[in-house]
Amino acid sequence: MSETLAVGGPEAPPRPPTPTGRPINRLRLARLRDLALVPPIIALLIYGYTLKPDVFLTKSYLVDTVLKYQTELALVVLAEALVLIVGKFDLSLESIVGIAPAVAVFLVVGQTSMLGAPWPTWTVLPVALVFGALIGVFNGLLVVRFKLSAFIVTLAMLIALRGLQLAIVGGATISNLANRIPTIDNLGSLRILTVPLSIWIVVLAFAVGVVVLGYTRFGRSLYAVGGNPDAARAAGIRVERVIWVTFVVAGALAALAGLMLSARLGSVAANQGSGMIFTVFAAAVIGGISLDGGKGSLVGALTGVVLLGLIQNVLTLAQVKPDQIQAVNGLVILVALVLARMTSGKAQD
Amino acid sequence: MVDDESRPVVEATGVAKRFGPTVALADGNLTVLPGETHALVGRNGAGKSTLVGVLTGLLKPDAGEVRFAGRPAPPLGDRVAWRQHVACVYQKPSVVGELSVAENLFLDRQPRGRFGLLSWSRLRRAATDLLEAWSVPVDPATPAKELTVEQRQLVEIAGALSHGARFVILDEPTAQLEARAIARLFDRLADLQRQGVTFLFISHHLPEIYEICQRVTVFRDARHIVTAPVAELDHAKLVEAMIGDARGLVQVGHDRPPVPDEAEPVLTLDAVGVPGFTGPVDLTVGRGEIVGVAGSAASGKRELAEAVVGLRPRTGQVRVAGSTVKPASVPAALRAGIGYLPADRNADGFVPGLSVAENATMTVADRLGPAGMVLPKRRDARGRKAIADLDVHTAGPHQPVGELSGGNAQKVVMARALARDPRVLVLVHPTVGVDVRSKESLLGVVDAETRGGRGALLVSDELEDLRVCDRVVVMVAGRVAAEHRRGWDEAELVAEIEGIGEKHV
Ligand SMILES: Nc1ncnc2c1ncn2[C@@H]1O[C@H](COP(=O)(O)OP(=O)(O)OP(=O)(O)O)[C@@H](O)[C@H]1O
Ligand SMILES: [Mg+2]
Repeated sequence: MSETLAVGGPEAPPRPPTPTGRPINRLRLARLRDLALVPPIIALLIYGYTLKPDVFLTKSYLVDTVLKYQTELALVVLAEALVLIVGKFDLSLESIVGIAPAVAVFLVVGQTSMLGAPWPTWTVLPVALVFGALIGVFNGLLVVRFKLSAFIVTLAMLIALRGLQLAIVGGATISNLANRIPTIDNLGSLRILTVPLSIWIVVLAFAVGVVVLGYTRFGRSLYAVGGNPDAARAAGIRVERVIWVTFVVAGALAALAGLMLSARLGSVAANQGSGMIFTVFAAAVIGGISLDGGKGSLVGALTGVVLLGLIQNVLTLAQVKPDQIQAVNGLVILVALVLARMTSGKAQD
Repeated sequence: MVDDESRPVVEATGVAKRFGPTVALADGNLTVLPGETHALVGRNGAGKSTLVGVLTGLLKPDAGEVRFAGRPAPPLGDRVAWRQHVACVYQKPSVVGELSVAENLFLDRQPRGRFGLLSWSRLRRAATDLLEAWSVPVDPATPAKELTVEQRQLVEIAGALSHGARFVILDEPTAQLEARAIARLFDRLADLQRQGVTFLFISHHLPEIYEICQRVTVFRDARHIVTAPVAELDHAKLVEAMIGDARGLVQVGHDRPPVPDEAEPVLTLDAVGVPGFTGPVDLTVGRGEIVGVAGSAASGKRELAEAVVGLRPRTGQVRVAGSTVKPASVPAALRAGIGYLPADRNADGFVPGLSVAENATMTVADRLGPAGMVLPKRRDARGRKAIADLDVHTAGPHQPVGELSGGNAQKVVMARALARDPRVLVLVHPTVGVDVRSKESLLGVVDAETRGGRGALLVSDELEDLRVCDRVVVMVAGRVAAEHRRGWDEAELVAEIEGIGEKHV
């Protein structure tokens, strides 16, 4: 399990026997870890307010200028969080964000007669989801059956899917989708109780995720498999199946995120999703998901997304030049990581 | 149904298993009858745990057959069916560190409440009850990684026995337990046996076999050697079947030269206290001396040792050969000349993916070549020497330690402790999980090393280990309660360890 040496550093923590009867403390600490990012989020909100006091803290600004742009990222982070918790990696998620809507849209409005296209417009959603799930099936096959490293498998998959997407979209952009496909139009512009549909989807997805991870045997088995696969297997968990299902779910979630992104932009670009995976990992890790597996919570991951979204927004408000924003963003992510590490580290003790 | 009464609970015939070039099991045969407690013994690497893996459906045998109550074993993928046949406490720790004790106890069978969702409150209650029944004083909400070795072992035993399985395998369950916990375990096993539960019990403590088992099977070099009622196989015969020759065992250390009182001290503890565990303790280990530290798990003896090697904060002063050692720093302790064998070898003993040679030389990587380079030849030579000195059963210096049997991994950790040429060795439970013959060679190494002028602090509750010591101190509740020179009375020492009839000093 652990790969530490006996002669770890002086900081190697001793394992004190835990006195009994402090359940409340423990619960509180666990919650604290989830909410470690709340103080920086509040700080950013205050900072944003000082930059633009007239609009920043209004609902319409926060919803339409900050959160709406994070919905796709949030779904992919959810997907990646599941895969990380089960102890694996999935780099190909960002390419699914591009390829799944590309394929689905192509079959509906593309200049092709392949597979009996054009397909009816309602197929966009199911086709995208199924396509994403199938890629998860394939990833799972290679990782579980052939026991290949998830990192390399999904890296290769990422490259292959990028190429496929270029071939489909042809270096151009399939645009003007909202007028041609009602599903996409709805995804992009429908509002429920004045809040965009995409935000509702994210809230619902995370709510379901939290319930499944916290309150079902399957969800708990994700943590067990990620934490110690041998122990999980010994306890009767079908380790391979759990991993496989996770890859499939992650693929479908990424596909949904891709469709939402296309809907927001009204188009599928040749490079849709490209480079997203870095931000995904940053948000997940800042949110307390461990790259070693078996650790982290979805609430934490969501706070990671919100934090990154706010940072980006505030940087724009602070008039950081566009050509510098990426460098600053990277720096800020590093600082956020350090801060998250420090706050959660304290909460652990 | 009538047939089931007489049919063996489990029957393994001709089971073979190889891992690459290593033949872990060549001819494993085992028949366990309903209601009996069956012992499986053999030297480290004899293939016992491999058979356990096959019997619990975790390993696919290359050949041979397993039958439960006369019927062929379920397919490997069907974990649920396997779990109905057999529950197991594995030799390797199998807890998920990040999950709570409660979840580990009920992994994949967490109680459900409303809407089919897990009920955390019911889980908590069930876990609390189970822990109380086993007198394990831990909060069920504790993450399993924070447990001590003993607690972890008890949690695993309690979990396995609570499945309600009719057949339970226990692979060295007592290795990490102190006397009182072992007694409690045996009471519980006897109880369950009366209710008709069948056990397969693996241990290197032969007296335990005679205490609770009816029949015993011996494996040697991956083969089945003999199965017999324990009454027909006395200690000498059993050992002979295990090691394959009639030479018998020797008592290590009986001929140690007496250590003179004025021997110069190599390790001095000056009012060393571990906050929360021990009061101030004074202790000296002289040149060429082995000092045993006995005591129950609650005595603080292990924490004291961990403080000496810098794993824990402490008060007071530790001196190695006269110079003071910086507290709470492992590197400082190593530099001062302390060699350390940790109790929890699986957590902080070795790096499973690295080879035997790499693990054995880890603390001396700076001495394996010029300018910080590691010369593979020199490393392997040292690895081979360690394998020979400590009688490690391995395919060679390049085999990853993670593939070794439990006892053999322990020997590699011992080799690492010795590698740096330490002035004084601090050994915590050095012979845990080590077979009878290897115990002899391991203690023999300690004996030989100290004759050359090193000192050793040997923390253990094994009487066999303590017999090698020139002096034994007994700790009770964080302080030294008694001290004996060689030739102590066994019953008296045990009573002192238990805290009964404690002498006031
Ligand atoms: N996963 C593995 N890969 C390679 N070799 C292995 C593996 N597991 C076990 N072995 C080898 O198989 C042999 C038998 O190991 P096993 O664990 O069954 O011994 P054991 O009888 O349980 O010993 P111990 O008393 O020390 O626990 C050993 O030589 C070991 O090195
Ligand atoms: Mg074993």
